[in-house]
Formats: sequence, C-alpha cells, structure tokens
Amino acid sequence: MKANRKTGLVFFPAFDWAISDTHPEREERLLYTQDQIFEEGILDIEGLMEFNPSLATAKEVERVHFCVPKAESVVTESHRISAGGCMTVAEAVLEGKVDCGFALVRPPGHHAMRVVHGARGFCNINNEAIMIEHIRHTYGVDRVAIVDTDCHHGDGTQDIYWHDPDTLFISMHQDGRTLYPGTGFPREMGGPNALGATINIPLPPRTSEEGFLYVMDKLVLPLLEEFEPDIVINSAGQDNHYSDPITAMNFCAQGYAKLTDMLKPHIAVLEGGYSIEGALPYVNVGIILALAGIDYSWVREPDYDPEEIVQTDEVRGSILNTCDFLLEERKQCSAKRQKYLEGKEFVERSKTVFYDTDNIIEEQKEVIRVCRECAGVLRIDSYADTKNHLLAIHIPRKGCDACQEIGRKWFEEGNVARFNLVCLQDRVNDTYHVKRK
Amino acid sequence: MIVGLDVGGTHTDVVVLEGKEIVSKVKLLTDEEDLLQTVCFGIFEAIQGLKVQSIKRVVVSTTLATNAIVQDNIEPVGVLVASGPGINPWAYVIGDHYYPVGGAIDHRGVEVAPVKETEILRISEELKSKNVRNLALVSKFSVRNPGLELKMRDLLADNFDSVTLGHKLSGHLNFGRRIATAYLNAAVTSISRKFYQATRGCMKKEGIRVPLEILKADGGTMAQEVSEQYAVETILSGPAASVMGTLTFADRTKEEVVLDIGGTTTDIAILVDGVPLLKPLGIRMGGFNTLVRGLRTFSLGVGGDSWVRFLSGELKVGPERKGRALAHGGPEPTPTDALITLGLVQGGQKQRAIDGIRRLAERMGKNVEETAEEVVSKTCALILEAVYALVERVNQQPVYTIHELLKGRQVKPSGLIVIGGPAKELAPQLERMSGWQARVPSNYDVANAIGAAMARTTCMVTVMADTDRRYVVAPEEGYMDKIDWRATKKEVIQIAFNLLRKKALRLGASEKDLQMELLEDQEFKMVQGFYPVGRSIRVKAQIKPGLITPYSEASA
Repeated sequence: MKANRKTGLVFFPAFDWAISDTHPEREERLLYTQDQIFEEGILDIEGLMEFNPSLATAKEVERVHFCVPKAESVVTESHRISAGGCMTVAEAVLEGKVDCGFALVRPPGHHAMRVVHGARGFCNINNEAIMIEHIRHTYGVDRVAIVDTDCHHGDGTQDIYWHDPDTLFISMHQDGRTLYPGTGFPREMGGPNALGATINIPLPPRTSEEGFLYVMDKLVLPLLEEFEPDIVINSAGQDNHYSDPITAMNFCAQGYAKLTDMLKPHIAVLEGGYSIEGALPYVNVGIILALAGIDYSWVREPDYDPEEIVQTDEVRGSILNTCDFLLEERKQCSAKRQKYLEGKEFVERSKTVFYDTDNIIEEQKEVIRVCRECAGVLRIDSYADTKNHLLAIHIPRKGCDACQEIGRKWFEEGNVARFNLVCLQDRVNDTYHVKRK
Repeated sequence: MIVGLDVGGTHTDVVVLEGKEIVSKVKLLTDEEDLLQTVCFGIFEAIQGLKVQSIKRVVVSTTLATNAIVQDNIEPVGVLVASGPGINPWAYVIGDHYYPVGGAIDHRGVEVAPVKETEILRISEELKSKNVRNLALVSKFSVRNPGLELKMRDLLADNFDSVTLGHKLSGHLNFGRRIATAYLNAAVTSISRKFYQATRGCMKKEGIRVPLEILKADGGTMAQEVSEQYAVETILSGPAASVMGTLTFADRTKEEVVLDIGGTTTDIAILVDGVPLLKPLGIRMGGFNTLVRGLRTFSLGVGGDSWVRFLSGELKVGPERKGRALAHGGPEPTPTDALITLGLVQGGQKQRAIDGIRRLAERMGKNVEETAEEVVSKTCALILEAVYALVERVNQQPVYTIHELLKGRQVKPSGLIVIGGPAKELAPQLERMSGWQARVPSNYDVANAIGAAMARTTCMVTVMADTDRRYVVAPEEGYMDKIDWRATKKEVIQIAFNLLRKKALRLGASEKDLQMELLEDQEFKMVQGFYPVGRSIRVKAQIKPGLITPYSEASA
C-alpha cells in the first residue's frame, strides 16, 4: 500500500497522563485508536512516516501566551509534548519531508487563550498557536488559515488571533447556546484591525454529514480560496460524532474523512473527541487515510446507520440561513470597519473568562491600537480571583514603529505595585520581558 | 554432542560441538537444486568417526522457505479475509486466490458481523475446482477474538491439505501483516513438511534418533513437529544463525554491533547487553511485511565481492556484484582484490588483482597502493554509515508514554564483532574509523553453524484480560478463561508466564533455558459514561533469544 501524499504522523497517546480518574481526558483516550491504527497496519503504509514528538520550550510557549505567574506553573511535560508534537509535524511538512501531517496528541489546546491562569476546557496551552508562531519564526511562513472542526467553539484560538489579519480562523461548531464554551456566534468576526479574519459557523444540534459538507463546500472552501493562505491547519476535534457522550451532533467517520479530503490541510491537529471506543478509532483512521490520499470508502463505524442520523429539514434550513448570513456579512465587513473606526485611536473590550477545569475566574480589559500598518499593539489588564494581577503587552509580529514604541512605553510604565506581573511579548524582536513585584 | 548446520546461499557449514569444543567442522558447497542432499551429506560428513549415540541435539537452519518465497516456487493458497470496516481489503491482495468475505470483529473483540456460511462454501467449491490445496484464513482483530477464523476453519478444514489461521502466528495487532504471514505460511507448509521429514529420515539412517530442531528468524529454535504449523518462521534464519554464533564473544554489559561481511552483502545486527535486538513487529520478506519474529538485522549491499568502479569522479563500492574477485577469476575489481593487492589476504591470482586495481588507479590519478587503500576505507565507511543509520533508527523508535519519551534508553554501541570472509582484514580499519573496539571471534568462518547448534528455543505470548467482561484470553495459544473482577496485573503476568513456559516446553525447550521476560505490561481503566467499569490488562512475554546452557554462561 502506498500513500499518494507523503504523510507525517506524530502519535502520542500519553498513556501515563490524565486530568483525573474518570475525566474524559484520561489515559486510555487514544488506546482504542492505537489498537485500530496498529491493526489496520497504518504505520506500514509506504509514504507514511512516524515521528517522536519534541518538547516545546518556555520560549516557544511565550511567543503566544502570557502564563501567570510563569510558564512552569501552568505548563507540564505533557503539555510541552503535545505542543512539541504539533511542531514536529509542522517541521516535517515545511522541510519537505512530507506533504502533510497529523499530530495525534493529547491533551488538546484550542480553548487556551492568550492569557493563561490555568486550564479551561481541558486545555492549558494552545498547541496550534504555538506551532504556528514557531513556523512563522523559523520558516518565515506568513498567511495561515485555521479551520477548527471540533464540536466546541475554538475560543482560545479565536482569542489569540482576534486581532491578526494574517490568520484566518474559521470555527464550525455546535451552537454556543447549547454547548460549552457558549461563544462562537456569526457576529464574532475579529477585532478592529482584522475584521473578517475570524469566521464562526454555529451549527444546530443533530447536524449530519450533509450539513458539514455543505458548509465546507459553500463557505469554508471559498473563504480559503479568497484568503490564499501559505498553509492550512485543521483543528481536528472528533466530538461532532453521533456517539460522542458530551455533545449532540450526528457526524460520522465517513464524513470526517470526506471533510479532510475536501480541506486537504497541510497539518491536522487532534483536539477533542471523547467517544473513545465507538468513534475515535474509526474517525482517526478515516482522517489519516484521507490525508494520505488512500481509499477510505470502507471506513465506517460498525453500528453506522445513515437512516438513524439523517438530517431534518429544520436543521438544513438553519444551516442554510447561517451560511447566507455569513456570506452577506463578510461582503460588508470592510465598509462597516471604516465606519466603526472613524476617528478612533484605541478600541477597548472587556470580558470575563472562566477556567472551568481549574475553577478560576478572570476579568480582562483589553485595549488595541487601531492601526492600518500592522495588527496593532495590544494591552491586556487581567485580574484573576487567584489574586494574580497581570499587565500584558503584545507587540505583533509585523508591528509598525508607532505600535512598537507605544508597546515599550506601556511596559516601562507598567507599575508592579499595582500589577504583580507586567509582561511584554515583543514579537518583532522575538523577546519576552517580565517585571515582577 | 550437538550438531549445528546452516545452509547458506553459497556454502553450507556444519559443526559438531562437544561441550565448548568443536570436534568436527565441515564446509561444503550448497546445491540449490537439491538442498536435502546438501543437508544429509553435510550431517553425514560431520559425524564421520564420532559416536552417534552421544549426539543429543541436531539444529538445522536452511534457506528452503526463503528460496521458495523469493523464487516464487510456492504452492497456491486460497486466502479468505474477513476485514470488516477500515482499509479496503483489496489493498492487501496477495496470491492468485484472494477472497474478501463477510464477517467483522471490532477492536474490543466483539463480533459485529457473522461469517456468511453460503459465501464460504461457494469459495470452497471454487478453490477445489482450481485444485488449491492450502488455505489461509484471516480476520481483522482475530488476536482479540479468533471466532471468525475458527468458524471458517470448521466449515472448510476437511476439504484442504493445510489450513493456516492468522491468530495462531502472532499476538501482534496488524491485519495486513497477518494476511501476508498466513499466506506465506500456507504457501511453504507442504514443502517444509516434506523436507524436514526427509531430513529426519536421513538422520535415522545414520543412527541419530534425537529430535530435530529448526532455527527461526529470531535466532531461536523449534521442534520439527511444531515447525509443520509454523513453517514461515524458518525464513531468514541464516543471518540469525550468524548473530547467535557470536554471542559467546559478546560483552554482556555493553552495546555492540555484529557485522557479518559476506561476498555480496554485509549483515548488521545490534546486541544490547549480549542479547540481539528483535524487529518490533516482524521481518520483511519477499516484498511483504510479516509478523514473523526476527532479529533486527540490516543487509547492506556491500561485501568482499562487490563491484568497485570509478564513476563521475567518485569511487563506488556495490551494491551490484559482477561475480567473484578478479583474483578468483571474476570480471571486475572488488574489495577482496584491494586486500590481496595490499598483501593483507593471500590466495588467488595476485597479479590479476593488482592489474585490476591499477586500471582503477589510472582513472583516479593515484598510485596502486593508495587506490587499494582507498577501496578498503570506502568499503569500511559504507558499512559504518549503515551501522550508524541502523542505530539511529533503533533510537528513534516511536514511544507512546511521557515516561518513555523522557527516559528512553538510547543505544550507544562501543564495540564491533566482525565475522565473515574478510573479517580479520577489515576489523582493524573498522576499529580505527569508528573508534569502537573491533573483535574477530575464533572460528568466525563457521559462526553460523555454531549459532544454530547453541541457540535456545524461543517464543512469545500475548495475554489480554478484561475485568469488566471478566475474561482472560491468549488466542494464539487457544487459551480463554474466566477472571475475577478484582484481578490484578500481577496475576495476569503470572498467567502469561505459565502459558509461555508451557509453550516453550512444547516447542522443545529445556527447563534450564526458560529465560522469560516481560515485553509489555499495561493496565488501563475502562470508563463507560463517567464511571469506571473495569480494567483492560495487556501483557506480552517472551523467552529471550540466547544460547542454551552451558553456552549461555560462557564468556569471551
């Protein structure tokens, strides 16, 4: 058997790591997937290369995150391996060893935001973002598209790239009114400097293969074509599956394989998916075969019955409406942006972030400089009920002189008597500075 | 006394050991057309003048199955494959009589679709009409539940000469390899059976009445009666024999590399603390990945008879071989000719060797001696390059736990054991270039036959317990039992060791040589909904490849 596309695989089930004893994110989450992958002989396929993950360093984590109080306190070895595994796959792709790759790693990362006080939605650090900033830094990659097909809104990735016009973030997920984290609505389209680079496609519960593939065809693929990314990344959560215990969708292994085949991502990264016996083994095999360009038509769950999960007219209608709304809204983006920003130098937003896994509440006040030259310098005032008070300043990767100057001034003025932690993420110089009380 | 015999492509070597002494040593040319004659004559020659009554053991390693497969001189096999969902079963098509059939087992070992009786019987009629006499029956996940394979066997066995069941060959998960392994086993079962029965006939005629043992690719042996069901395990036993023959010289506290430098190829193996490394799943043979346990060897197309030429500014050695060395009447210069030119090796027509090297020297613009030296160092460099690459592959083997990733043992060889034709002459150069001590064992020219003679019986078992469904199984052994819901990993390990012991004795092992070790012992909680329901315990254990007592105690 031979792969039509050379495919790299980091398979790291971390059989010795769990959040807690019966938590869905536990040791054997990928055990049955491993069984299926081994039994199918996936690793014997010519053109399929398996790599051991590397470990992401604190420097690589701090290109993306502000860890409170420091990286070592929120990042364990398992997280470093998970992010490192994504980096390993990305390196293999960018060095031309393989055409595409899949990081089958855990724990997941797409709920981790720019500021990290602890774990939320089973995630501490954002694997995709750490990988993307690593390849931007090392290989000079510029435009990146992320298509998040996890059932939960990728709110962490959205937060990190909210202001970045060079990163197109598309999330399709179960409607936030019915599922954690309760966000990801069509009107969330990115910050003032990057309006339209974030696209949220909430799907009604019980969306089936038909609905997912319709969205791919009508919305996702055209958006990608227009954006012209250097690289396409798929946050490949598998919890849209009809057998997933914590969601309400009706997607299937065949559908996941077809979606992957349509998207043809350079790099796929495992996110959620907790039907560890009934879905993951089949979905993962389907995704790997589709990436490698091998016939996946025989991949299906033993209990798969398309009649049982056929899509209703109501669901179909709702998806059609969402797609139409987004297409229309996107056309008006640039005009709306003009009007909204007129005469403004800074734009503020406030939000409350709840770390469900670690039970922490954080209050954030964010200020972004409206900028036509770059993604804009960003300032976050973050106070958590752990009594940690952070002032975080982010100078973007292609920060203009004015934004750089403001960022450094903000950092200098940062008062450690008021904030017990002041951090500057200077992406122009690739440095990270910290002031503490 | 022990008789060890190894049939190689060119030579067949036989030794008779009395304690640690070699009392007889025979080297003869292999007759590929009549291997039986070669084997029988070899044994006959070696035991001349010895007391046949004191022969306690005969171990044979042959190229019979390997040649049959490589030369496609095998019997037709009907392959019935119950795949269920997953990769398209036509991706694994093998042989001329391949049938994907209904029926499916899932990863938990649950039968999710039954065998279709009418379909099986229709295929049976078709195979009979085509005069196919051997069957390979394989289902996906049959190592979790052999039910489908057993059901097919019950429907078919009466009508065929041999039936190979996939789950009997290995406990490893890998459907594609299981199909290939079962196919190859079925394809060589009849010829192996005939051959080894005839060999026993020869032994009997000479008055040797002890059981015959056959060497396997993992450097272990099995009784001839048992080998009739596992004929495929005898493929590629040759390289294994050589490695086993070096073990008495190995340093048990170090990591070393064994180099068997032949005419066409150099076989490379790795010893860790005196134990050869095995391939993780199984060896590759005739273009097929198999589940046949085998030593982790790499065969490099560089040897004493490799073709040496100067091409676009570069000196090339191998991988082609144009014939023997010039000094031995061959057509092109070889590393052997370089050694002869330098006066390091005697024999043959020295002038022909020098002339050949001179022609090369002229093209390279160097003198004869420099050129000969460059050929030798190039040969050694290529060999060491392959050694370093193999070590790196071993060290990059995938791991799946944080503990292993952070603490994984890295192989760092510090010694070379060199055998084969030009071993003595190349060893000093290899030592200089690698910085590792290079040693050449005495009797290195018959290391393969010595290895066969001293090899111990090896085998492996895989046991799985499910405390939720309350059973413990080892399908390969035909074993299934109830288990208490409180059963611990320790108990399952004990079950595995008991099964391993029984299996080894059945295969012909002696009580003294049951060096058992765990290869894998994992325990997972199974949670359904949000409640733990039981544990899945998985244990693999093996008899380590090694030498029988007293050789296992010997040291260099």
